Parts: sequence; structure tokens; C-alpha cells
Amino acid sequence: MSFDPYAARSDFPILERTNRGKPLVYLDTAASAQKPRAVIDAISDCYENHYANIHRGVYELSERITRMHEEAREKVAAFLGAAESREIVFTRNATESINLVAASWGRQNLAAGDEVVITTLEHHANIVPWQLLCEEKNARLRVVPINDAGELEMHSFEAMLSERTRIVAASHVSNALGTINPVRKIVAIAHERGIPVLLDGAQAVPRFGVDVRELGCDFYVFSGHKLYGPSGMGVLYGRAELLEAMAPYQSGGDMIETVSFEKSTFKSAPYKFEAGTPDIAGAIGLGAAIDYLAGIGLDAIEHHELELTAYGKELLEAIPEVRLIGTAAKKTGVLSFVVEGIHPHDLGTILDMEGVAIRAGHHCAQPLMERFDVPATARASLGLYNIREDLDHLIAGLHKAIEMFR
Amino acid sequence: MMDDLRELYQTTILDHNKKPRNFRVPDGPSHEADGFNPLCGDKVTVYLQVQDGRVIDASFQGSGCAISTASASMMTEAIKGAPVKEALSLFESFHDLVTGPAMDAPETEGVGKLAVFAGVREFPMRVKCATLAWHTLKSALENGGETAKTE
Repeated sequence: MSFDPYAARSDFPILERTNRGKPLVYLDTAASAQKPRAVIDAISDCYENHYANIHRGVYELSERITRMHEEAREKVAAFLGAAESREIVFTRNATESINLVAASWGRQNLAAGDEVVITTLEHHANIVPWQLLCEEKNARLRVVPINDAGELEMHSFEAMLSERTRIVAASHVSNALGTINPVRKIVAIAHERGIPVLLDGAQAVPRFGVDVRELGCDFYVFSGHKLYGPSGMGVLYGRAELLEAMAPYQSGGDMIETVSFEKSTFKSAPYKFEAGTPDIAGAIGLGAAIDYLAGIGLDAIEHHELELTAYGKELLEAIPEVRLIGTAAKKTGVLSFVVEGIHPHDLGTILDMEGVAIRAGHHCAQPLMERFDVPATARASLGLYNIREDLDHLIAGLHKAIEMFR
Repeated sequence: MMDDLRELYQTTILDHNKKPRNFRVPDGPSHEADGFNPLCGDKVTVYLQVQDGRVIDASFQGSGCAISTASASMMTEAIKGAPVKEALSLFESFHDLVTGPAMDAPETEGVGKLAVFAGVREFPMRVKCATLAWHTLKSALENGGETAKTE
């Protein structure tokens, strides 16, 4: 089936809007993806026709919305290739999913002198929770280095693992550079030594098909808003036996079995991790996003974005003042760069006036910026609705900026 | 559109960005402070030589966007030779200049050459770039050199 991005654009109402009076050229999907009509409608439909609290009422409305909420969980499970839907925990975002694992699994399984291995490519979300855990436990955070192209040094990774390593946490795709990490290899090497692996898939799931059982990972996290779904909705996948052994993260209503003032008992996974009324419409919206992507086919999206990434790379490399940051052989969706003599923030403002929305900054990856010795980069990131013309607009804006700062 | 951009990136600003004035570390300044914008990573250090209540020398170091670099550069020029009290009141005038409502005509009286920054008020996201050096100046003069943060 061939995918037509021009046709898909009409599914996204916001793309008809203007930015500073010019047609919107949205090149910031790695920060957050725009929403298709199907997702917006599903959320409206939930509030207009089905809304009540879940897991509580005995009336028809509550039963139905509970079923819709759980159907969304089943959709996520199928989307990730999980064995069972109880392996899917709903959270606010990927950040909260990682915090949950660090706080629950981490507190139970780390002791003084133990080590947590992460990589230089990580988003702050996959650095800081581990850093705080290590401080609390007097454990050590170790960081896998990268080469100048922005690829992991796999020999260093292997050498870094020891009998003190308790967990490996790595991104599937780098948010700042677009590097696709060799996660199968990472999992295989860690598992040979009996070390569990958490993968941050926030930038991966919107770009290609992911099967957690094929990857063999123990935890996998992503954010709904980057998957063309609603913000405030995240996912934690955990192997059932791991989730069952973990203590609750937050506590309160809905996650308990019985409560007395002496002692409370908790539901089984995933419910023991979902305290309080969740984002019900958010879960339903996420389910709608997954249906929408399935209708297009992730293989088609993958092919489209790889092709666009290569086109953008070619255009940027043709400008002498531009230096690409992150030139991994396997990368997708993200073009990070600096322009000689122009700070990324000035670029961001100038492009904004041309209707082009990019991200300028450290991309929540300050240690990575330091690795490349730049304070910030400009980042154009792609979504399924982007077309070659978007990148042509970007390049025209860059020429304007270069001219202005000459 | 290009007009708004020219309003922001005035020739003077582009010039100070390219060739920042007083961009140096002096010997034994009497006052200094670091400024940091955690949002974008812009960094600046302001050095002052204050004698008898007067700023007799001002310089800076750091890295940042054109707006923040030009602002620091022009600030050092504006306050050099001024009484400390005047430097601080210039901070207030400059702050009003760049943060005033975009609709209102900017009050440029008393700010001299710094009036070129009036365009910044059209770009709320860039106000902190323009004020970083000034917050740092205030910190050097009043708060014993505590790091100034824009967040």
C-alpha cells in the first residue's frame, strides 16, 4: 500500500492554520506530534456521549466507559506486541513511566555500590530519575560514550557491564540526534549477564513498528502525545512477573483492594500502579491514535520518514555554513544542526517569522550538547504529515538568516 | 514579516553580536557575577570596576544568541562612567523598554542607544535573552555576585 502524505495532511486540522501569517510548516514533531481528526473526535465523543468514572459505577454509562478504557489498554498491548494487556500501565508520559520504574523497581533492587548504566544520548527523563535513585542508594551511574557521529560505543557498553550492574536504561531513538540505537544487541548483551533493560521508545514508536517481545526488553516506555495522541497520556510496558513483584508507586483510590487504618492491600498489575481517576479520555484518544496509525501502516510511515530524513540531510549538507550534529548511519526523523555565526535561538526566531516551527535549544539533553561542544542546536524533526516542500521552506529560511547575519 | 525581523535584529544589534565591545576578563574587578538562562543555556559573566560610587569599567564574557550578546555588549558601553545609582535606574528603564505591552509605543527616553532593543517586546520568548546581562549586572552590584538566573 502506498502512502500519500499530501492526503494524510488533510487529517490534521492544525496544518490549515498559519504561523505568523504564513502557512504553518511544522518541523517539531519530536517535541510533540500534531493530532489527526480521528483522535480529536474520539476525545470529544468520549466527553459528549460516554463519560463517567471507570471501575466504580454499576450503571450502564460507567460499565461502558470502563470497557472503552480497557479496550484502549488492549490496543496498546497489541501495538507493542505485549503478551498480555496487564503488562501495560497507563501513566502521564514517558517521564513518569521511567520515574515509576526507578522509584518502584529501583528502590527494591538497588543497594549501595550497585550500578545503573545509561547512555550519553539520553533525554533528561532517562538520566535524572536514575541519578536521584543512585544518590539515594549510594549507587553509581555509568554512562556509555558515543562516537562523533552520535552512535553508541558498543565495546565500551559491553565493558561497562559488571556484576554490580542492576539495570540498563537506553533510548531506542535519540530525541536530539535521531540515532537509532542497536537495542536488540543491547538487550542481548545485558541479558547474557542477567541484567534487565528499560528502553525509552518515545521517539521510536511514532516512526516504526516496535515489538517488545521481539526486542526482549524488560521495560518499554513512551508518551502518547508523540504518537499523535493526546498529551498527558503515557505508557509503561513491563514484563508481567516484574510488574507483579513491584511495589506501588503512588497510592490512593482505585489501586487498592482493601483499606483499613491498620493495613491496605493492593490490586494486581497494572491497576496497583494507577492511583486515582486516570485520564480516561486520554486513554481512549491514545487508542484512536493507534487505530489511525494502523490504518496508514507504520512500515509506510517508516519508509516516508527515512526518505524525508535523507532528503533533508542532503539539503542541509549542501549549505557550507551548516554543520549537522548527529550523522549516524542509522537515523530517522531528526535533523539537528548548527549554523556558523548564528545562534540556534536566533535561527528559531527568524524561521518562526517564515512560518517554520523548529526547536532551538538543548533538547532536554544537556550532557549530549556538551559532548558535541555546542550550547544548543537547531532541530527540525519530521512527522508523517511532513513533505519535501516543508524542508524546502526550512532551507529558504536558513538562507535568509545566513544573509541577514553575514 | 521581514519588517518585524528587522525591527528585532537591528543593524546595531547585529554589529554588536559580531563584534562585542568590552568582551574581556579584566584584572581584579571590584564586582562580578555570573548570569545563566537555564532555558536556553546562555551564559554571561559581568565584570565591574566601581570606584567612589561610579562604574569606571565594565566588561563581559560568555556565550549566547545575538540578542543576549548585543545586549551585554551595549550594556557595558552604556554604564561605563555612570554612577552606580544611574546604572541601576537604567536597568529599570531597559526592563520597561523590552517588557512593555507590544501594543504600546515603547518609552525610549533616557535609554539612549539601547532603544534599538524596543523590538524585543514583540517577541516574549526573547525578553530573557535581552535582560540576562542586566540581571547579572544588578546581581554584581546588589547581591554580592550571586548567580543571576532568568528562570
